[in-house]
Amino acid sequence: MKILRYLLQKEFIQIIRNKSMWPIIFVMPIVQMLILVNAATLELKKSDVLVVDQDMSDASRQLVNKLEGNPFFKVIQVNDADFDADDQLLKGKANVVLDIPQNFERDLRRDNKVSLQLRVDAINSMSAELTWSYMNSLIRDYNNNLRASWMGVSKFDPPQQIVVSPRYWYNPTLIYAFYMAPGVMVILVTVVGMFLSAVNLVREKEIGTMEQLNVTPIKKYQFIAAKMIPFLVIALVVLSFGLLIAKLVFNLPFHGNLLVLYGFTTVFLLGVMGLGLFISVVSDTQQQVFFLSYFFLLIFILMSGLFTPVESMPKWAQLLDHLNPLYYMMKVIRNVVLKGSGFFDLKYEFLSMLGYGVVMFSLAVMRYRKTA
Amino acid sequence: MEKENTVIRVRDLVKKFGHFVADDHLSFDVYKGEIFGFLGANGAGKTTAIRMLCGLLEPTSGELTVAGLDGFKQREAIKRRIGYMSQKFSLYEDLTVHENIRLFAGIYGIPTRIRREKTEELLEKLELTSARKKLVRDLPLGWKQKLAFSLAIIHDPSIVFLDEPSGGVDPVTRRRFWDLIYEAAHEGITVFVTTHYMDEAEYCDRVAIMSAGKIVALDTPEALKKEWDATSMDGVFLKLARSNE
Amino acid sequence: MKQLLGFIRKEFRHIFRDPRTMIILFGIPIVQLLLFGYVITTEIKDAHIAILDKSNDEVTREITHKLLSSGYFKLDAMLDNDGQIDNIFRKGNIKEVVVFQQDFGKKLERDGKADVQVIADASDPNTAQLLSNYTNAIVQDYLQKKFINYHIPYEIKPQVRMLFNESLKGAFMYVPGTMALILIIISAMMTSITIVREKEMGTMEILLVSPLKSHHIIIGKVTPYLILSVINAITIVVLGNLVFGVPVRGSLILLMFVVILYIMLALSLGILISTIAASQFSAMFVSIMALMLPTMLLSGFIYPIDNMPVVLQVLSNIMPARWFIEAVKAVMLKGVGAGYIWKQLLIMTGMTAVFLVISMKKFKLRLE
Repeated sequence: MKILRYLLQKEFIQIIRNKSMWPIIFVMPIVQMLILVNAATLELKKSDVLVVDQDMSDASRQLVNKLEGNPFFKVIQVNDADFDADDQLLKGKANVVLDIPQNFERDLRRDNKVSLQLRVDAINSMSAELTWSYMNSLIRDYNNNLRASWMGVSKFDPPQQIVVSPRYWYNPTLIYAFYMAPGVMVILVTVVGMFLSAVNLVREKEIGTMEQLNVTPIKKYQFIAAKMIPFLVIALVVLSFGLLIAKLVFNLPFHGNLLVLYGFTTVFLLGVMGLGLFISVVSDTQQQVFFLSYFFLLIFILMSGLFTPVESMPKWAQLLDHLNPLYYMMKVIRNVVLKGSGFFDLKYEFLSMLGYGVVMFSLAVMRYRKTA
Repeated sequence: MEKENTVIRVRDLVKKFGHFVADDHLSFDVYKGEIFGFLGANGAGKTTAIRMLCGLLEPTSGELTVAGLDGFKQREAIKRRIGYMSQKFSLYEDLTVHENIRLFAGIYGIPTRIRREKTEELLEKLELTSARKKLVRDLPLGWKQKLAFSLAIIHDPSIVFLDEPSGGVDPVTRRRFWDLIYEAAHEGITVFVTTHYMDEAEYCDRVAIMSAGKIVALDTPEALKKEWDATSMDGVFLKLARSNE
Repeated sequence: MKQLLGFIRKEFRHIFRDPRTMIILFGIPIVQLLLFGYVITTEIKDAHIAILDKSNDEVTREITHKLLSSGYFKLDAMLDNDGQIDNIFRKGNIKEVVVFQQDFGKKLERDGKADVQVIADASDPNTAQLLSNYTNAIVQDYLQKKFINYHIPYEIKPQVRMLFNESLKGAFMYVPGTMALILIIISAMMTSITIVREKEMGTMEILLVSPLKSHHIIIGKVTPYLILSVINAITIVVLGNLVFGVPVRGSLILLMFVVILYIMLALSLGILISTIAASQFSAMFVSIMALMLPTMLLSGFIYPIDNMPVVLQVLSNIMPARWFIEAVKAVMLKGVGAGYIWKQLLIMTGMTAVFLVISMKKFKLRLE
C-alpha cells in the first residue's frame, strides 16, 4: 500500500507540473458547457416560410398575418404566380413553401372544404417534422377562428370533446438546457478521465520509463491504480466545475443528493477509465490509444441517449446498450439532478456500473505485462 | 572464484521471436562481486539476454537462475533483488532529483528514515546537493547517468544490470561513471553490463563476446588478448569477427 | 521527383503495416455511419408509460387499448393512486403517465367533455413534448372515429410534401455529416498527430537534414491520408446509398470535386495544427477541441444552425465543415449544379489558402 502512495505522489506532481493540463481541467469544461449546451438544441426557433399568395383575399391575408405574428416563422411573401419558389428551396433560402391557391376563400365558403399545399425541405427530417407540426397546429388554430367568425359564434364546439392537458414534470417550461447540461457533464467527465489516463500510461511506454518500473517489484494493480486515481480526482473536479456552471449560467435545478451523484460518478469512472487503461496497455503509441479510445467513445456517446432517447433505437441496439457505461450514467445523472432520485431508485444501474468497473479494472491489470 | 558464489547461472538459454532466434543456447555463470561484461555489435542479442535475466522477457527454453531464484517461475521475486539501468536510463525528466530518489526508494519499500539518510549520502557523493530541486530534464547527460545508476542500486540489490549505460558521453565522463561501478562492485554488488565500447570491456573482470545470438568467447580481458594475440579488446573483437566469417 | 515518390511509398507502407491503424481508418467511418443511420432516431417507439385510470369504464379502456396498440407506447405499470407517480418517475424507466379523471365515460356522455391528464417526464423535454402530442392525437382520433359521419364545416386540410427526403430518413442528414467528420478526423487529426510525432521523437530533424525539400516531406506525409480520405468518402457515399437509400441526385464529378476540396482544406488545417502543437498530446487536444466537437455541433450536422444563439451562428461561419455540409447536401440531395454552391466553394478555397500561408510562415520561422 505504501508503494501506491509513492506512485500517486509522483503522478500528482507530474500532472501539476504539466502546463498543458491546466487548460484541459479548467478551461475546457467552461467552453464545452457554454458551447455544447447552447448549440445542441432541437427547439425550433426560426423557420423561413415563403408564402405564395395567389388569392389575395381576406381569408388568405388573415392566414399570412397569423404566420407573421408567430415568432417561429419568418415570412417572405410573394404574390406572383410565376415566381420560382422551388429555386428558393434549392438555394436554401426558404425551409417551407406555402401555396395559397387562387379562389381559396371562395372554394372554402362554397365547398365547405379546401386543401392547402405545403412543401418542406426535409433533408433534416427532425426539423422538417417539427416545422410541419407547428404549421399544422397554426393552420388548425386559424381554421377554428375563421369558422367561428363565419358562423357568428364565439367558439365552435363539436358534440363531444376530450381535453388532454399535458403536465411537464421536473422541467415544466421545457428548457432544453436542463436536458443537455447533465449529459454534457457526463461527456466531459468521460473524456477527461478516459483520455487523460490512457494517454498518460502509454506515454510512459513511449518515453521508456515504463521499462524501468517493470523491473521493480511494483504490483500490477498498484501501477494501474496509480494511473487511475489522479485522473479520477481530476474528473470529479471537472464534474464540480460543470455543476457550478450549469447552476450559474443555465440555472439548472439540483434536486438530488450531491453525495449520491459523486458516488455514482466514481463507480462509472472506474469502468470507463478501466477500459481506457486496458486500451493503453495493449497499445504502443499515443496515436493508437487516441484513435481506439475515440472509436469506443464515439459509439458510447451516440448510443448513450445523449441526443435521442434509447427507447427509439432498434431492439439490438438497446440490448447492446447494456454494455455501454454511458447509457447507465446518462440515466443516472438526469434522474439524480432533475428528479432527486436516490441510491435505491437506481440500484440496478449502480450494480451494473460497479460490475463493469470491476471487470474493466481487472482486465487492465491482467493484460498489463511487466515485460519489455 | 568458487562455484558456491554463483549468482547467475545460465544453461542453454534460448529466446525466439517467431522464427527469429535472438539468443541461441547461451550458457555461462556470473560470480558474486565480479563485473561481467557482455560485448557485441548492435543486434547480437545482448539486450534480449539482459532483459531475460531481469525478468522483463520470458525465455523460450533453457535454465536460468538469478540470485538463487528461477528465471521462469519467480520473475517477480527476482525483481526485488536486482537493479536495472537501460540505455535510456529512464528517470522521470519532469521530476526533480530529490523526487526521483524518493520515488524509487519508495517503490523498493525503503523505510522513510533510512531513505532520508541515503538521500543525503547519495546527493553528497554525486555532488548534487545544490541541485536537489532541479528538474532532471535540466541536468547534463553525465549527471543523469550517474543519478540513474545510483537509483538502480538504491535498494542494495545483489546484482545490477546495466544495458549500454554510458552511451553518448565522452571518454572522461565515461571513466568517472565507471568509478561508481567499481565502488558498487567493492561493496559486493555483482555488475552485469552490456556494451559495444571496447574500452569499457577492458574495465570488466570477465567478458563474454556475442555474435549473431551466440556466445563466441568468454574469459578475462587479459586471457582473451593473449589467446587472440592482440594488444586491446578492439583487436580481439576484430580477429574474432574475421574468424567467424 | 523520384525521391518524393519513394518517400510517399515509404509513408504508405508505414500506415498499412499496422493493422490497428487500418481498422481505425476503415472501421470508424463504417461503424459511425451505421450507428447514425440505425441508432440515432427521434422517432418514438415503445415509450414506456404508466396509466392511472380512476374511472375504469368502457371509454377509458378503449382509449387505453388504442394508445397501447399504436406502437408508440408500451405499458409498464397500472397505478392505483397519485402518490405512486413521483416514485415511478424517479426510477427513470417511465416517460409518461396518463391519468383519466373519475367518471370519465359518464362525464363525456353527460357534459360532452372529459379530462385526461398527461404527465410527461420533461427531464427530456423534446421526448416529453412529442409524447404528449402523440397521446393527444390518438385520443382525438378516437373521438373522430366515434363521430365518423359528423362533418365539421369550413375545414382547411393542409397537405404536406416533404421535399428531397420523402420518407423523412435521418440518414439523409447523417451521410453528409459523417463525411464531414470522418474526413476531418483522418485528414486533419491523423496528419497533425503523425507530423508532431516525428517532431517529438526527433526523427523530423533527420528528415530535415536529408536531401528531401521540406515541402516534399509535408507532401509525402499528407499524400497517403489524401488517398485514404478519398477512399473513405467514396465508401460512405456507396454505403449510404446501398444501406440507407441516400441518393446522389447531382453530378458525381461535382460531388467528388467538393470532397477533394474539403480534404485539401482539412489537410492544410492538419499541417497548421502540427506547426503549432508542441506535443502529440496537445495536437490531440487541439484537434478534439477545435475540430471534432465543433464539427459535430456547430456545423449543422446534427443541430440546425438556425436554432442556435446568434453568437454561435456567427462562430459557425468559421467552421470548414459547415460549408462542406451545405455544399454536399445541395449537390447530393437537391441535385443542383455548381452555380448554386459557388459561395461555399469559394469560402473553402479561401480557408485552404489562408491555412497554408500561415503554416508556411510558421514552418520557415522554425527552421531559421
